[in-house]
Amino acid sequence: MTDDAPALAQPSSLRLTPAFLIGAALVGLHVVVGLMTLVWTPYDPTAMTGGRLAPPSLLHWAGTDRLGRDLFTEIMIGARIALAVGSGAVTIAAAIGVTVGLLAAFASRAVDDVLAATLDILIAFPTLLLAMLIVAASDGASLGTAILAIGVAASAIVARLTRILARRVLAMDYVTAARVSGTSWLGIVRIHVLPNIWPTLVVNFALQFGLAVIAEASLSYLGLGAPPPNASWGRLLQEAQATVYTAPFGAVAPGLALVSLVIGLNLFADGLRDVADPTRRRRG
Amino acid sequence: MSLIDLSAVSFAYGRGRNVLDGIDLKIEAGRNLGIVGESGSGKTTILRLLLGLARPTAGRMTFRGEGLDPGNRAVMRGFRRAVQAVFQDPYSSLDPRQKVFDIVAEPLRSLKIDMDIDDAVAGALASVDLPPDAARRYPHEFSGGQRQRIAIARAIVSRPELVLADEVVSALDLTTRIRIVDLLKTLSERTTLVLVSHDIGFVALLCHDLVILEKGRIVEQGAARDILSAPQHPYTRRLLDSTPRLMDFA
Amino acid sequence: MTDLLAIDDLTIRHAGRPLVAGVSFAIAPGERVGLIGESGSGKSLTALAAIGLLPEGMTASGSIRLAGRQLVGAADRDIVGLRGSVVATIFQEPLTALDPLMRIGNQIAEVVRRRARRDGQPVDVQAEVLALMARVALPEPRRLARAYPHEMSGGQRQRAAIAMALACKPRLLIADEPTTALDVTTQAEVLRLLEALVREDGMGLLFIGHDLPVVGAAVDRVLVLRGGELVEAGPVAEVFGRPRHPYTIGLVEAARTFDRAIGAAL
Repeated sequence: MTDDAPALAQPSSLRLTPAFLIGAALVGLHVVVGLMTLVWTPYDPTAMTGGRLAPPSLLHWAGTDRLGRDLFTEIMIGARIALAVGSGAVTIAAAIGVTVGLLAAFASRAVDDVLAATLDILIAFPTLLLAMLIVAASDGASLGTAILAIGVAASAIVARLTRILARRVLAMDYVTAARVSGTSWLGIVRIHVLPNIWPTLVVNFALQFGLAVIAEASLSYLGLGAPPPNASWGRLLQEAQATVYTAPFGAVAPGLALVSLVIGLNLFADGLRDVADPTRRRRG
Repeated sequence: MSLIDLSAVSFAYGRGRNVLDGIDLKIEAGRNLGIVGESGSGKTTILRLLLGLARPTAGRMTFRGEGLDPGNRAVMRGFRRAVQAVFQDPYSSLDPRQKVFDIVAEPLRSLKIDMDIDDAVAGALASVDLPPDAARRYPHEFSGGQRQRIAIARAIVSRPELVLADEVVSALDLTTRIRIVDLLKTLSERTTLVLVSHDIGFVALLCHDLVILEKGRIVEQGAARDILSAPQHPYTRRLLDSTPRLMDFA
Repeated sequence: MTDLLAIDDLTIRHAGRPLVAGVSFAIAPGERVGLIGESGSGKSLTALAAIGLLPEGMTASGSIRLAGRQLVGAADRDIVGLRGSVVATIFQEPLTALDPLMRIGNQIAEVVRRRARRDGQPVDVQAEVLALMARVALPEPRRLARAYPHEMSGGQRQRAAIAMALACKPRLLIADEPTTALDVTTQAEVLRLLEALVREDGMGLLFIGHDLPVVGAAVDRVLVLRGGELVEAGPVAEVFGRPRHPYTIGLVEAARTFDRAIGAAL
């Protein structure tokens, strides 16, 4: 039945789906805003610039918090924190996860079994719980510990994915051909394994980025994230909790920011799946 | 001296029973050898041994008279330079993310063979009748038969003495099959072929000698002409009787 | 309306491009027909169209009458009853047709029960399963009935798939490259079995393949398909012995080359 199936049209150039474009736009907006806060914010984030818990107005687009600080400024800075934690955590997760995953894929049966079981146990821990343990074990909550904690927690998932993907590549005849040609194991990783698993990994990194943003907000909400004056969305949510009935926008605004970034990252990841792999084809 | 010599070679996975048992086999330069067997015959395992991807659990395997030992780098290096392979599935045997040029060039780069890579790749593609611009394209742009040609180009680019071919035509159409057979015939003027296959008809077209494998043992071996005209072992006879022939119908 | 399958001027298109063009042939009860073609010839698509299972995005035009029922343009729910009653199919890779998590005896039993419900006749399911397994020459049916597909050899799996097809008591059997994945000796056995079963039950057979002598072993009449068009048709001996179309001549010549290689043994 297989040999008659017509070859499907090959995406020879990048095909940008609407979902991908929307995702990229949302993520891009957050990146631009986050970078902008390095040089300019509407107000000094620590200054009391208006009445307490003021509703949105022309002067304060998202209103003010309980100390009269401009909420929009804080949310803008929150974007920077979220992106810093996300990219930092994904970098750590990628570095540890890909390395461990590749080692497991190449390892002997016994070593692989041990590694696989370890990863499964680590994955069984909720990322947040693992991150909390790491934060608790370190000197105290800081931006750095949050990044490290979330990154380490996510690395188990990346490692398991890498191991499965790499094993699949190692089973292909082109790897056998490479071994027969005398290509070293490192060469096989560089020439064959990484290029073939990369598209799937990148998509996963984008998803992990979204999860890291949520994890950071959760840690901050629990008071385990970056301490003030780092305006994390999680901390903004936590502060707004007490006044959610009187000044709902204090919770709605950072919530919208968080949701828009995570949805953007997920749409971006989905779109990336197609775009990242121009040679993707169904076997005919 | 034979190129490769297996004497009393057995192989077992882990503590399982022998999948190869007491194999005696010589591969002589210039004499194409066909290893014929069905599933469970151990032909895949023999191929892995001959490619140096597995080591015998008993018996001795030598390359130009020297024992094949992964620890002996000089021997292994010579072995890797001398032996290349073509596999059954032309889809799985070419890395989809590499351009044809890099696929064909890989043995030269990995074996650090002192040849002009551009010339060697162009020459290899020409000998398998692929146009020079094939080098710039990706495997998915080619048909099954063309892919098998690319795999053959990779196997011959380093001018190996021996090319092992594992069921190289069974995934191909009849007319494509004939063309690949013609190509292999031309190539075998320069290099020795070892064909591993269940298809005695295909093997008979190209090989001087045959080895018939059944359940991990050699049941018959010798000159192809003799075995085809007067098969001695019942299994060989059954294999020949089972091979579909057009002349039975027309 | 005597033909089991009557295909007239069948054209199958995908994205406007014709993959099968103007194919016509018919299979009468008890007739065994081979469809020969290489990759991209449209042979498998023709078979899929004959059971109303064209892949998404492909459209058929012309006429396909299966047991008198027009399939072109018919809704799937109107055709579903034909599959498994009038027509049964076996494929190249029996593993894809078998449920990996179900004992083989139960899989055959399920088909027997379905047929019994359809016919409204009570049957001794257990006895019929064992009889079917014996009929396709599966060794030790009682023991093997308890085996899972992965515990069986390729040949045994294909025999089990044939038993399931027979359990439907179809009037037309479609076999798409049913021996391509098998060893040579197993292939010969399965071909003999298939030929005998079809003859005994008086089924029609549509046998699809690329290997001339293999198809010839199972059928009386062959059709040669190339690039979606029928280039030659006739009795096996005639087409293989005196091919007229250049493409068929090429195929026959290629097959003869392999014949000659082992010819010394004859």
